[in-house]
Amino acid sequence: MTASVENRVPSELSLTVNGERKTVRVYPMERLLDTLRHHLGLTGAKEGCGEGECGSCSVLMNGTLVNSCLIPVLQARDADIVTIEGLAAGTQLDALQEAFLDFGGAQCGICTPGMILAAAHLLNKRPEPTMEDIREGLSGNLCRCTGYIQIFEAVAEAARRRATT
Amino acid sequence: MRSDPADYQLVAPTSLQAVISLLAEEPGAWLPIAGGTDVMVQYAAGKLPTRKLVSIWNLPELRHIHFSPDEVRIGAGCTYTDLREHETVKREFPLLVSAAGWTGGIANQNRGTLGGNIVNASPAADSLPALLAYEADLILISVRGERRLPYLEFHTGYKQTKLAPDELVQAICLPRRFSDYFSYTRKVGARNAQAISKVCIGALGRMAGGVVQEARIALGSVAPVPLRLVQTEGIVKGKPVGASLLALARKTAAAEIRPIDDIRSTVRYRSAVAGNLVAEFLEKLSLGGTKI
Repeated sequence: MTASVENRVPSELSLTVNGERKTVRVYPMERLLDTLRHHLGLTGAKEGCGEGECGSCSVLMNGTLVNSCLIPVLQARDADIVTIEGLAAGTQLDALQEAFLDFGGAQCGICTPGMILAAAHLLNKRPEPTMEDIREGLSGNLCRCTGYIQIFEAVAEAARRRATT
Repeated sequence: MRSDPADYQLVAPTSLQAVISLLAEEPGAWLPIAGGTDVMVQYAAGKLPTRKLVSIWNLPELRHIHFSPDEVRIGAGCTYTDLREHETVKREFPLLVSAAGWTGGIANQNRGTLGGNIVNASPAADSLPALLAYEADLILISVRGERRLPYLEFHTGYKQTKLAPDELVQAICLPRRFSDYFSYTRKVGARNAQAISKVCIGALGRMAGGVVQEARIALGSVAPVPLRLVQTEGIVKGKPVGASLLALARKTAAAEIRPIDDIRSTVRYRSAVAGNLVAEFLEKLSLGGTKI
């Protein structure tokens, strides 16, 4: 089948990443995580488990939190992707990033990009989350350093700061 | 061994018709992939049975929730998040919505689909006991047409189903007649999110005149398939809930299930917990307990 043969060679595909239109030459089954890291040089999304358990590769796709290690890049064609690199406005950090700094929400840093994007997704859906909402919203993101409490407090504080600005 | 994307084909037709035509051309050769929460895990581990994949993610024909007077028809491509955020589904099908909330974390719920959970056919899947309790039907589609099958008959053995190689699950239909039943669901696992159940239950019931008028009891992780406890349902029907009925229900449930020892639990633990869950359901049902 001719269509099948064509899909065995890398082909050009466009997507929007952090507000910029990008065109990459990729195999359709390449993981979105690898496209971001290796083709676009965006190494904020990390590979932890590679099977959707740890959340360290989390990004937003069309406003929705996803594990980029589980997405064949063809399914991200024409999508709007936001990675941790796209959260700050220039040198002005997002309220979540500021709160993570203030509350010690980042230690080794591997989980941090995913944690912050999961938190951003939560606050977009629930601007005034309860602690239970925060725990659930981040339940797919594992951290082996902080014990989570500093992270939960940072997210709660970011929500408060967003509400008052 | 990690898979090399250069070894795999992936196509993304834009209509359901085009997908089923492709499946019909080479039955069994193409693996449908929706949100990838199971398929991409196998891919990463180099364990996919095929190198030809067809994307069905976000096909409009598979992503809709439609209510008619007697039933709801849920497109197989609806995600757990779609289910959790639908007001009428939340009100009428609490077993399904609770299970959707236990599946993976938020990112997996945004991508994992109900149809994918059914076809992946894990006996430990959290949402499948709910479908058994609600007496779901499946709509299967191929170029040969549509057919409707009771979900109870779909799983034929461990990871074996009645889905033909050229078919897709198009929709899941749930009757609305259980909406005023007492419902009970519980997952027993290491942790709610991201942990596969040791045992899970979805159950519905109704009392009348001090006796159990009707009960629907389904369990996950206790047999090669998601299991409805038809015999246990039968022996509790028409009886008042008391110590002797609870003992009989535990005994009957223990005889119906076929648990195994595996990395997550043991036969002994699963049997004890399955009995406890059935008993807890009946006790709460008899107390007219609050709906979950």
